[in-house]
Order: sequence, then structure tokens, then C-alpha cells
Amino acid sequence: MIASLKAIAPGPFVTLQDSGRRGWMRYGVPGSGAMDNESLAVANALVGNTAGHAALEFAHVGGEWEVTAWSCRIAVTGGSFSVTVDGERLAANASHTLTRGQRLKLMGAPDAVWGYLAVAGGFDVRQQLGSLSTHLRSGIGGLHGSVLAAGDELPLCLEEAPDGPEHRFHASPRPSGPLRVVLGPQDDYFTPAAIETFLGSSYQVTHQGDRQGYRLAGPPLEHAKGYNIISDAPVPGCIQVPGAGQPIVLLADCQTIGGYPKIATVITADLGRFAQCRPGRTITFDAVDVREAQRLYRADRDSLETIGHQVETIAARVRRPFWLLQ
Amino acid sequence: MEPYPRFLPVGDAALTVEFGDAIDPAINAAVVALDMCLAASDVDGIIETVPSYRSLLIRYDPAEIGFDPLVAALRPLIGQDVWSDGPGGRRWIVPVSYDAPFATDLPEVAERFGMAAEQVIAAHTEPDYKVYTVGFAPGMPLMGGLPAPLHIPRRQSPRPGVPAGAVIIGGMQAAIVPVVTLSGWYILGQTPVRPFDPRRGNPFLFRHGDTVRFRSINTAEYHRMAALPWDELFSLIEATP
Repeated sequence: MIASLKAIAPGPFVTLQDSGRRGWMRYGVPGSGAMDNESLAVANALVGNTAGHAALEFAHVGGEWEVTAWSCRIAVTGGSFSVTVDGERLAANASHTLTRGQRLKLMGAPDAVWGYLAVAGGFDVRQQLGSLSTHLRSGIGGLHGSVLAAGDELPLCLEEAPDGPEHRFHASPRPSGPLRVVLGPQDDYFTPAAIETFLGSSYQVTHQGDRQGYRLAGPPLEHAKGYNIISDAPVPGCIQVPGAGQPIVLLADCQTIGGYPKIATVITADLGRFAQCRPGRTITFDAVDVREAQRLYRADRDSLETIGHQVETIAARVRRPFWLLQ
Repeated sequence: MEPYPRFLPVGDAALTVEFGDAIDPAINAAVVALDMCLAASDVDGIIETVPSYRSLLIRYDPAEIGFDPLVAALRPLIGQDVWSDGPGGRRWIVPVSYDAPFATDLPEVAERFGMAAEQVIAAHTEPDYKVYTVGFAPGMPLMGGLPAPLHIPRRQSPRPGVPAGAVIIGGMQAAIVPVVTLSGWYILGQTPVRPFDPRRGNPFLFRHGDTVRFRSINTAEYHRMAALPWDELFSLIEATP
């Protein structure tokens, strides 16, 4: 019997994601990784893992999972997701210790898209190209390079939950202000009026979105010299504008080469909160200078690194021999 | 517009160095040269680089190096001479079956240009192609060198289900499809060579800067080669310099 988390009725889009892979974009494989790195870091901190450890990432619904390890400590983050164990409600943004045979059910959150389920010690799965992150198009990462399906068993590194108390995290509401962008690299492909429209209007997140990017709807942006550039490499956060003038914000699985001009790029610190915007949400943009963006990057990096200190201890766990738990 | 090279911020953690605004061997050579010089340099904070037709994307850690210091560190690396037979210069001879059912669009392409199918094949197998960039799909070589008579606009809407191994042309370029994909390019044939296979020690066959030539094979040879273990197929396609 291997210690695992077994998919009974997983949500339609559950994958393993960590902080992503580096160095393979030049071969056409994007960085992937969590859509919301801050929530991944919190989930890991709650169960005592390092920030970039792999967790289950689910879109809207995580579905039903069964513990086959003697015990395991879990935490669910990303938003106010409904978490139940054998029908009993548990708090999101807190760690819990489950025992063998218990069934964990993860349903939607009104305030988020992406949920994260971290397990203390992590998953005992082989890395591909230096990461556990799943990239569907390349068929790599996770258990078998695809979304997790009923019957899949994710082996755990620990057969038993580690000793120690449970933890919780008081998630402060995320900033709701404009998404900050650095203009370019192809802002010169747009008319001055288009730049003004882009920075002065509201755009709505549409239903056309996935890990590769979200399509927005709003006032069209007029190109100054056509909508084809000589293809170059974008990064997550790049806002490309195809012929119809409606922007697309590229995200974790963004293609490694693309031929649409990119009017601006969302700063790293605002990518997670943008990824959590549900369809219908209205957003605006605010341009910042690259130097200011890098000051914000460093501040965000510092707060991500200290997330471990922000989780608080709730109770010492009473340790019992496993046979009493059955 | 400022003169080339241009240093353009791509958000807070990447920048792109543009060397021109054309698909051109000399411009691409400048991209390759900077990529190699940067790899050999001791500039701090570089995460990865992505060479494409006319620009080099550099992802870096702004906690280690800011935009202005990075641009200052890159300027002296540009325009340096680099050895021409560097790690990018490998040659491949890629076998292609131009027979039905693989050559889905060969009749259409031949008819469009008023050529016989054999003439299209002769034109396609004649030149040395240069891998300008690898991308769009994992390990997919995007190559320049397609002879002018075969330049063809992409389809109005891309087609799903273009298979792995499809040898395709679009615009002024040629490519080999690594995984089933959506593409608006034209399928001339099929190769048993897979540009990407995650089960291989090195999953990627082609690198930016490689040279590729196509060779026509018949269907029987195709099936024989497709059944070969990877190391045997590899030895058939690797051209000695």
C-alpha cells in the first residue's frame, strides 16, 4: 500500500504545479508553474513546506480525494474555497491533519478561480525538465503530463503527518486597484489614442481564459502599423493585441513565441491577483516606469519570502498511535 | 525610433534586445552572437535567454540586477566576434515521405504554383534551412531558407490535428511539427523524426542555429525508420560536418 492521495472524483482541471521550470523556453517549453504563486506559497507555509513546492492546483472545483497514507497534513488556499472532510466543514487557509480513508471534498470559492492543495512533505513524483509543473501541450510534469483523473494516485513523500501543531493564515484582502503595467515592448505599434484608451478604460475578464492567458473585452485598441510583428518571445504578463483590438493577458503557460504586438506587460506582483479574477470582473491598468516596477518586485519578493512567519499556530496536535485512528 | 539595437523592457523581469525588423540571416546572426557572449559572460541575475528571429529575450531577476545596469552590461557584449562553429552549428538530414496519405497539402500547393508534385519536392529538398528559433510548440524548429517559389500565405483559419512529424511550410518558412497541433501552414510530408520526445534523455533535437536539409524517402523506408530505436534513427539523420 503506498501512501497517497487518491483521486475519487477530481475536478475537471486539476494539475500539479510548483514555482515553474526555468531554462527551457528556448526549446519551446514555457515556465508554467502556479497561476497564483502567493497562494501556493501560503499553502506550503501552512504545512511546513518551502514556498515553491509542488501542490495540486485546481480551477474552481478540486473534487473528491481520499487519503491512503496513515495520515497527512493538508492546507487549501487561493480563496474562500469550501473544504469538507467526510461531510464536515473545514477552514480554508489553515492546516488540517487527515487520516487514512478520509475523503476530502473541495468545492468552489466565490472570490477566486485557482485553488491550491498542499500536503506536508509534498508529492513523491519525478521531475521533468527540472520541475513537477504540468504543461499539457508538452505532455510533461505531474503524474503523466495531463490533468489528474479519477483513479489516479499521487504518491506522498511522508507516510504519516509530521509532528507539530496546526497553522492558519489570516489572508488580508488583496489590493483591488488598477493592475500595474510597464508599457511595451511593442507600445510603438499602437496609436497614442490607443495607449490613452488602454490606460483610461475598463476591461472585462471574459470566459475565454485558461492557464495560457485571459481574453479581455473592452474598447478596441487601434494598431498604428498593422498587427503582425516579427514573432518574438513573450513572458507571462504580456498583453498582446490581435487584429480585432481586444487584449489578451498571457499567463503561466504562455507560448514561447508569438506574432502579435504587446502593448504592455503586467508587473510580477500583480499577476497572481489578476489570475484570480473571475470572468465578468472589471479591471483597469496603470502604467509604471520599469524602475518603479522593479522596486515593487523586490518588495513583493520580500513579502513572499516572509510568508512563513505570517502563519500562526492554532493548537498543538495530540499525537496518537495510528491504530487508534482507524 | 531609436537605432538598433533597441533595449525594450518586457515587464519588470525581462527585456528584449532587438537587432532589426526583418527575418534576415545577418540580423539573426547578431542575436546568436549576443546569446553566446552573454552565456560566456559573468553578468549576474540572468535566468534564461530566448533567441528568436531578430531579437533576444533575456529573463532576469530584478532583485539581483536592475534594468539600467543590465543594459549597461549588455552593450559591450554586442558586436563582438564569435566563433562561427559554436554549439549552434549542427547539421541534420531529415528524411521525409512526400507520399499519400502523409502529403496532405502537396497537391494543393503544386496546383497553386502550377508545378508538378515532383517539382515541389525537388524545391523543398534542395536548400539548407537555418533554424532561426525553436518554439510555438515544444522543440519545434522554425526555419528560414524556403525557396521563393514555395512562399505561401498561411491559411485564413488554422487547422486542428496537424500530426507530430508533419513537415510544413508557411509564409517564408519551413517547420517540423513536434506534437499534434493547430496550424495554418501547409503539410508537404511526414518525417519519422520527432523533434520532441519527453522520454529521451535530451527531449529536444533541434537548436537555434542548426542547419537542416530534407531528403525524400518512400513509404516503405518511412515505416522502417519509424520502427527504429531512437539512437539508430539519430545516427541516420546526424550529418557529419
